[in-house]
Amino acid sequence: MTKLDAKIPEGPIAEKWTKHKNNIRLVNPANKRLIDVIVVGTGLAGGSAAATLAELGYNVKAFCYQDSPRRAHSIAAQGGINAAKNYQGDGDSTYRLFYDTVKGGDYRSREANVYRLAEVSANIIDQCVAQGVPFARDYGGLLDNRSFGGVQVSRTFYAKGQTGQQLLLGCYSAMSRQIGKGKIKMYNRHEMLDLVIVNGKARGIIARNLVTGEIERHSAHAVVIASGGYGNVFFLSTNAMGSNASAAWKIHKKGAFFANPCYTQIHPTCIPQHGDQQSKLTLMSESLRNDGRIWVPKKKEDAEAIRAGKLKPTQIAEEDRDYYLERRYPSFGNLVPRDVASRAAKERCDAGYGVGTNETGEAVYLDFSSAIMRYGQETANVKGYHNASQEEIRKLGEEVVEKKYGNLFQMYEKITADNPYKTPMKIYPAVHYTMGGIWVDYNLMTTIEGCYAVGEANFSDHGANRLGASALMQGLADGYFVLPYTIGDYLADDIRTGAISTDLPEFEEAENAVRERIDFFLNNKGSKSVDHFHKRLGKVMWNKVGMARNAQGLKEAIEEIKQIREEFWKDVRVPGSGDGMNLELEKAGRVADFLELGELFARDGLLREESCGGHYREEHSTEEGEAERDDANFTHVSAWEYKGEPSDAVLHQEALKYENIELKTRSYK
Amino acid sequence: MSANKGLNLTLKVWRQKNQDDKGQMETYQVKDISTDSSFLEMMDILNEQLIAEDKEPVAFDHDCREGICGMCSMYINGEAHGPGRGITTCQLHMREFNDGDTIYIEPWRAKAFPVIKDLVVDRGAFDRIMAAGGFVSVNTSGNTQDANAIPIEKANADKAFDAATCIGCGACVASCKNASAMLFVSAKVSQFALLPQGQVEAAERVQNMVKVMDEEGFGNCSNTGACEVECPKGISLENIARMNREYLSASFKSEEV
Repeated sequence: MTKLDAKIPEGPIAEKWTKHKNNIRLVNPANKRLIDVIVVGTGLAGGSAAATLAELGYNVKAFCYQDSPRRAHSIAAQGGINAAKNYQGDGDSTYRLFYDTVKGGDYRSREANVYRLAEVSANIIDQCVAQGVPFARDYGGLLDNRSFGGVQVSRTFYAKGQTGQQLLLGCYSAMSRQIGKGKIKMYNRHEMLDLVIVNGKARGIIARNLVTGEIERHSAHAVVIASGGYGNVFFLSTNAMGSNASAAWKIHKKGAFFANPCYTQIHPTCIPQHGDQQSKLTLMSESLRNDGRIWVPKKKEDAEAIRAGKLKPTQIAEEDRDYYLERRYPSFGNLVPRDVASRAAKERCDAGYGVGTNETGEAVYLDFSSAIMRYGQETANVKGYHNASQEEIRKLGEEVVEKKYGNLFQMYEKITADNPYKTPMKIYPAVHYTMGGIWVDYNLMTTIEGCYAVGEANFSDHGANRLGASALMQGLADGYFVLPYTIGDYLADDIRTGAISTDLPEFEEAENAVRERIDFFLNNKGSKSVDHFHKRLGKVMWNKVGMARNAQGLKEAIEEIKQIREEFWKDVRVPGSGDGMNLELEKAGRVADFLELGELFARDGLLREESCGGHYREEHSTEEGEAERDDANFTHVSAWEYKGEPSDAVLHQEALKYENIELKTRSYK
Repeated sequence: MSANKGLNLTLKVWRQKNQDDKGQMETYQVKDISTDSSFLEMMDILNEQLIAEDKEPVAFDHDCREGICGMCSMYINGEAHGPGRGITTCQLHMREFNDGDTIYIEPWRAKAFPVIKDLVVDRGAFDRIMAAGGFVSVNTSGNTQDANAIPIEKANADKAFDAATCIGCGACVASCKNASAMLFVSAKVSQFALLPQGQVEAAERVQNMVKVMDEEGFGNCSNTGACEVECPKGISLENIARMNREYLSASFKSEEV
């Protein structure tokens, strides 16, 4: 039934990658100069891939919609990056990182890919330090680590709450070096609007210059999609405003299978929504759960009084607080994985214990008071202040917390006007990351020859739930250490191909289709803005395809999304013209794609009759509200083939084989 | 929290069709803006209003909306990123304003940052300075030494980090009466000068970056310090002093050859 071949190399898991690298074909340095590669997206995956490919000698053309590669949304990742360095001597190893990632992903990822990821993780840290990335260090001058959810070791490297920024700037520096040399030709403020396939192979893209409005043809011997995830299908998410799924969706429409669209990560600690005019949600790093304790009032009347503004959290006595994660999951406590923490917050709020004073009433507390006092006491001991008052201890503790999380606390205060050193933060889950994405084989090639997908844009490593600090790891692993090798095996056939002409009819055809769509939007003269439709789509997604799903809701969602899509095409209004900058036109194209993706997303969720990781079906849960997998029927990747309408998409399955890790019910109790 | 009384505001916004257009201020009214809204959400509301009136919305740069990507760039009431310290425009909230206020919104103004449209400017000059030397010339092969092979004094690592937090937004240039880019360039020069990995090619780096900075048409630094005040990330003037030292010692070194 399926055409899917993951091309996983033979042999024991620990030797697969090394053996594979030894066996694949290489392109010699002189021949690399004859080969062009297009990279779409300049985040951690795209940026690192572009830099490395250029360094190896390929001619790289890199594209981003922002005004500089440095602005890709990887920049906003806060907490850290995992690596199996075992610097802390706490028993970490490649195998443990592999195991934690497979378990964290609720046994829905491909073993061989995850093992490789764990294997190259240590190189990433070496590489970044060599590039001058200023990771946090201890007083001995060595690298510091912290802990993240779902694991019992400290393997997360960090740079305050700005790890993504520092890693991305490292990538951007490496790119800049190649841009200076002329090995990367950088196309800022350009958006890919279609993939061009010649004789079954990806040979170029059609892009719009977002400043001049020109439609451009760009050819290459291979195309790498590194355009990130599709979280903005929910309208409100922690993604950047411009983050979109269009590059991924375009290649899907041209033949790349889309895998597991329903696997979405709802991050437990985000600043709650304030109202209807809100444009985006802001994450508060998972690293805060190292020191913050999550709670709601034990008594419903206290929660009601708080929501009514009659009571403050600091007035609630210790014994009247319900630290529900510590209660339900004693061995992992506040550091359970994200999906578990998010559902637990929703459960408490749905039961009437939420503490939000905003319109939705949905929020729980993330409280630093015990950490502040604990650190304060420690500092007082170290400094020999034996008679320090509670107030002095608190002050010392606040200084420690400020050093660890200062920028996050500042960010919180700017948005909410509350001081989190004095009163607990209010948080609630929000859409953050998408584990699903373009299906790729072990070489990161999609089902289109010569078209690759890396980073969040692919589906490969996180199964049904991603562990904290693993996105940065995967992005950089794909771009620095995996793709540059595997792509050579494919390009070895192209050393005598010569430059691909953009005059080929395939380019013309693709360009015409792009122009047609732009003309349609500009001439539609409907009555409603793009955002109007995007917000409606987002509401359906959040209410029916969000943290908890059921068959009824998913069926309704499919119908409602179809309806919104029809209205969109009839009634969308895009002002302005196509020649020159037109931000509404850009948005229109992206939302049109989200309106298709959203339906496929719901359909995928409907068909997956089990709960796993971020995909929680109410029908498939235990009495205690824990997720219930169905390994007998669903230990596979669902990969969708485009056939026109999302309802026509054809499902293919890649069976997942667990040879090194035993399938178990995930428990963090 | 705040009693949610909506704000009615008059906005004076810079409108400019493209780089060749002269441009002018236009006046708009927005009503009932929540004090919990961010400044950019207020701009979204204005744009929805303009679209409903079949007018072209105001083009402005923005992306992450959490103060880290460096894309947003508005000059609000005569200040880069508006009133408030240590924030970008997207982190500015409407509770900073009062009902009935008139707010002036302009793009960054600098010769090296030409206006593309309305409030959007071209900051490509920053990328070109980076391409001249804003990196460590190490290959991305991963075959480097172990990350802990060279201990780095915590104080230096922390200072390097502080310099590295620059988001490249250009507020320093927009705030400077000479449109100087010294704060931006010195932050990158400092980050690498403070780390052993960056010191190897420190002399060459500072010379190359400063050369391109001058070619791009940024002005000179006259130690006024407006850049530091308006910098959303609090990048310190110390970095400029360090860059000057680095530059001076680099010029001695090159004369020796």
